[in-house]
Amino acid sequence: MANHPHRTPLLEETPVILPGHDFETVTETVAEIPLSKRFPLGWIGMLLVGLSLAGMLHMALGYLVLKGIGIWGNNVPVGWAFDIINFVWWIGIGHAGTLISAILLLFKQQWRMSISRFAEAMTIFAVICAAIFPVFHTGRPWLAAYWLFPYPNTMGLWPQFKSPLIWDVFAVSTYATVSIVFWYIGMIPDMATLRDRAVSKVKASIYGMLSLGWRGSARHWHRYEVATLILAGLSTPLVLSVHTVVSFDFAVSVIPGWHATIFPPYFVAGAIYAGFAMVLTLAIPVRRFYGMESLITMRHIDNMAKITLATGLLVGYGYAMEAFFAWYSGSPHERFMIWNRMFGPYGWSYWTLIAINVVMIQLLWFTKVRHNTTLLFVMSLLIGVGMWLERFVIIVTSLNRDFIPASWGMYYPTQWDFMTFFGTLGLFLTLFLLFLRFVPMISIFEVKMLLPQSKVKADHHAH
Amino acid sequence: MHTNEPVKGLHGVMAEFDSAQAVVDAARLTMAQGFTRVEAYTPVPIEELNDVIHQKRTKLSQIVLVAGLAGMAAGFALQYWASVIEYPMNIGGRPQASWLTFIIPSYELTILFAALSAAIGMIVLNGLPQPYHPVFNVARFAMASSDKFFLVVESQDPKFDPHGTTEFLRSTGAKGVYDVDE
Repeated sequence: MANHPHRTPLLEETPVILPGHDFETVTETVAEIPLSKRFPLGWIGMLLVGLSLAGMLHMALGYLVLKGIGIWGNNVPVGWAFDIINFVWWIGIGHAGTLISAILLLFKQQWRMSISRFAEAMTIFAVICAAIFPVFHTGRPWLAAYWLFPYPNTMGLWPQFKSPLIWDVFAVSTYATVSIVFWYIGMIPDMATLRDRAVSKVKASIYGMLSLGWRGSARHWHRYEVATLILAGLSTPLVLSVHTVVSFDFAVSVIPGWHATIFPPYFVAGAIYAGFAMVLTLAIPVRRFYGMESLITMRHIDNMAKITLATGLLVGYGYAMEAFFAWYSGSPHERFMIWNRMFGPYGWSYWTLIAINVVMIQLLWFTKVRHNTTLLFVMSLLIGVGMWLERFVIIVTSLNRDFIPASWGMYYPTQWDFMTFFGTLGLFLTLFLLFLRFVPMISIFEVKMLLPQSKVKADHHAH
Repeated sequence: MHTNEPVKGLHGVMAEFDSAQAVVDAARLTMAQGFTRVEAYTPVPIEELNDVIHQKRTKLSQIVLVAGLAGMAAGFALQYWASVIEYPMNIGGRPQASWLTFIIPSYELTILFAALSAAIGMIVLNGLPQPYHPVFNVARFAMASSDKFFLVVESQDPKFDPHGTTEFLRSTGAKGVYDVDE
């Protein structure tokens, strides 16, 4: 049955990378980009867009430091708005990178190898963008050090460890550190490849220093593989804890719409969903622009679309349960919260997110849609919007009408809110473009491990 | 014929192979000959090479376990000391030593310490960063990070002799055999 001659091959049986590659072509295809002298016009154009937006971020943050956080729209009763919406959105996007590099490694999903490097880069840049919001929401970021980190200061003050906000500091800073370390460790052998191929002395010495003098000895590789496996094993519970702790910022409070036990898994699923959509947003243009279709194949695109669908369905379940809990709790405040969410002044945002995150993603059931990269690209952008709206809905609609009608009020973002948000998009774009140009965007040695040249048969004459 | 005197100015003899299978086969033959100071250099990790040549697994996992537990203890101690001894605050009437709320920072520090020890431990145990190594003196060795596989018998090996070892490595199917200068 399994070897039925007329059976059409399943998609899973199609190769992860297209045939025709050997060690040399993989090295050539990937290493050529950081080593070339060419700066393609498209790259320069995109970099200018990114830098302009990043400049706008600089301006917005500079003015914030000058004037204070009153320039943002959040105020009583909506004391948290764009700052935390964008923080949660960016942190969530980062989660897909860790999922690809750690969880899929533990599950021996070999298709992860061509996309892990740039998904990890996405994680790090997303965490950098995320960190900007809470740090600048303190208004005086240079004082944030003693508010957030436990160190012996002259005032004898210590952080308050019973607060989820300080848990968040520990979770996010650990996440940022471990992600950077994991990313760098993963690049050491590829840096050695660039060192050995670089023609210019300057490049050879820079990549040489970054490679730490890596020479690929059997003993080194053995320790390297053990270290990578351990890092993957540690990153897996870490990434799940990060969005769990982010959800505690809300769930530990008593605000209707926030105080819900479903928050941790619901947030983690949402994070992975938004993150995979972002990987698609990046992978689809990058593979076309750099001609990487033979390494980032339709198999990758298809698998990522499937994970987006699966996690999207979990998120949809989360929406249903939020409504169910509100009704089943019997609490008038909870029931009003969900009514306000659906039919209150911000109802449009709720129905838009339902249209995207529940209705639109059903298209991903169809192979034709998953294989249409243009449509998938547009959908992945819309999912980014949908998940941003989800955080907007959770945060703003829960705060704008809480227990006492006398304390109700509307929230409107200001131009500075928008400038900061779009500015972080520019910062992300800038960092990502620099990454594409100067670092091997695909893990060269990991892709080689998929090729027959690196396979070894078991020893039959045991000595 | 063999000598216990290392050959002056020679790090060893290097053989080049085209595939993982070829270098593993050659390593097996080399070890069967009784050579002890052998090292392989490859563009991809090959688990079998460490089993054949070094037969020893790294202690990295134990280091990481100890570091992780130390991180957990340090995290808990920090919070206990800050919240109970140094700066007690009444937060909603909760006990000062409210261990439940200390779990998350302790958990994060466990992972932080363990991950840093895994990364730093791997680098330090491997003796990196090491900008100079004799194998880089062989011009062909630049291919070790691309698509060639190398096996080196070091001159410190008691069985090493420049001519005999070169001949032996040729017989294992090497595509080329080179002297590695110190």
